[in-house]
Amino acid sequence: MSVAPLVVALVQVAVAVVFAPLVIGVTRQTRARLEGRVGPGVLQPARDLRKLLAKTPLRAAGTSPLTVVAPVVLLASSLLLAALVPLVAALPLALVPGDLFVVVSVLLVGTVAIALLGLDAGSAFGGMGSSRHMTIAALVEPTVLVAVYALSIPAGSSALPLIVAARRDHPASIATPAGVLAVVALAIVVLAETGRLPIDNPATHLELTMIHEAMVLETSARDLAWVDLASWLRLSVLLGLVGNLLLPWGVAGTAAVGPVLLGALALAGKLAVLAVLLATAEVGMAKLRLFRVPELLAGSFVLAFLAVTASYLVA
Amino acid sequence: MSLAGLARLIWRTGRIAEPAPGVPGRPDHDTGAEAPVLPRALRGSVQVRHVDAGSCNGCEIELAAAFGPVYDAERYGARLVASPRHADVVLVTGAVTRNMAEPLRLTVAATPQPRVVLAVGDCARDCGAFRGAYGVVGAVGDVVPVDLAVPGCPPAPADIVAALRQVTGR
Repeated sequence: MSVAPLVVALVQVAVAVVFAPLVIGVTRQTRARLEGRVGPGVLQPARDLRKLLAKTPLRAAGTSPLTVVAPVVLLASSLLLAALVPLVAALPLALVPGDLFVVVSVLLVGTVAIALLGLDAGSAFGGMGSSRHMTIAALVEPTVLVAVYALSIPAGSSALPLIVAARRDHPASIATPAGVLAVVALAIVVLAETGRLPIDNPATHLELTMIHEAMVLETSARDLAWVDLASWLRLSVLLGLVGNLLLPWGVAGTAAVGPVLLGALALAGKLAVLAVLLATAEVGMAKLRLFRVPELLAGSFVLAFLAVTASYLVA
Repeated sequence: MSLAGLARLIWRTGRIAEPAPGVPGRPDHDTGAEAPVLPRALRGSVQVRHVDAGSCNGCEIELAAAFGPVYDAERYGARLVASPRHADVVLVTGAVTRNMAEPLRLTVAATPQPRVVLAVGDCARDCGAFRGAYGVVGAVGDVVPVDLAVPGCPPAPADIVAALRQVTGR
């Protein structure tokens, strides 16, 4: 077993941790500019994180050790996700396969951790947020599985690094009906999974409309820093995955220093473009009514299913 | 409005935030009051939880303006949040009424250290027009320790922003 893919995975985790607050900073800054405001600057999420780490956590009376453990589990799942998903380099890890089932399971570990965190303090809004989050997760995970399955048919492997490498080596497979349908389905699902508009409003103050925010209402200081970093990592990693599936150029194929550096630069460019696009789309969009969310997610499942059908018809 | 219409409106409007005044000094230097000691850990990033302890909603309108696009308190690193657990600053408006005295104490206790309590408006500082009213317990300072106060009835959004900038130091 060679050490190189492991080193590259660690580099990927480091790059993702650096880029995650910046991606959030770029989306908030773009939104502020489009609203006519000046905005706090792209470094503000990093400052928030530093401040949260300096504060003393305050946990509600009667909470179990879960309140301490869940944010760390969530962060660990996000870091593992950053190691498994091909962001900088498309090198499969020998230790843990970057296979679609592994990626979906890692996503689910984080989802369950934060849902339990929402229930633990025993507040009404936390439980409501957890129940909504699990409902959405139940609708999202099948779509992720089916969409990645559709992408895996032309590549001949369900490992994400191999799918991205296959798309880079055969660009003709990007513009096929199956490829486009699967990536569109995946993009909708990424928005649902990371709590962005139109499924969830990350900037809301109304508890009744919250999903992600409702679960973390009782979380403070260091715990909140871990939860925030973990959800920012999730957004960046999944956006990076969509970016690499759409434009697989620049992703390193070897573990040499040059290609990995180029891969990191390419990732920065793709993430910046996607973050600006995401924020711009969000400005022109209202949050979907909660009862309409299953319709949107069912639509994305249909797209993923059509992608599988189309890829069999072509192949 | 169509998306194209919205895009045209955004393009035509451009930036409506007013230019930022220079970094504020201590506003207490002309009153001779002692400058408040504010925690250094909150430099650059401040999350604000607003508590209405019994306000007439005049201060709320000014507060909404302070965080709106024209004054844009967010550019100095201050942001409104939905939970005291996320907050660094508890911003209290209005004289403290009997029903809100205990919730106010609990909210301050639920805010992790280091924290700052900011009393906004004359009512929050010394009960203003409601001094001695039967439903009023007292000013904010009678219920919880106050670190910083903004005078005015209601205070101008620029004054609220200046007080928040003292905490963020930006």
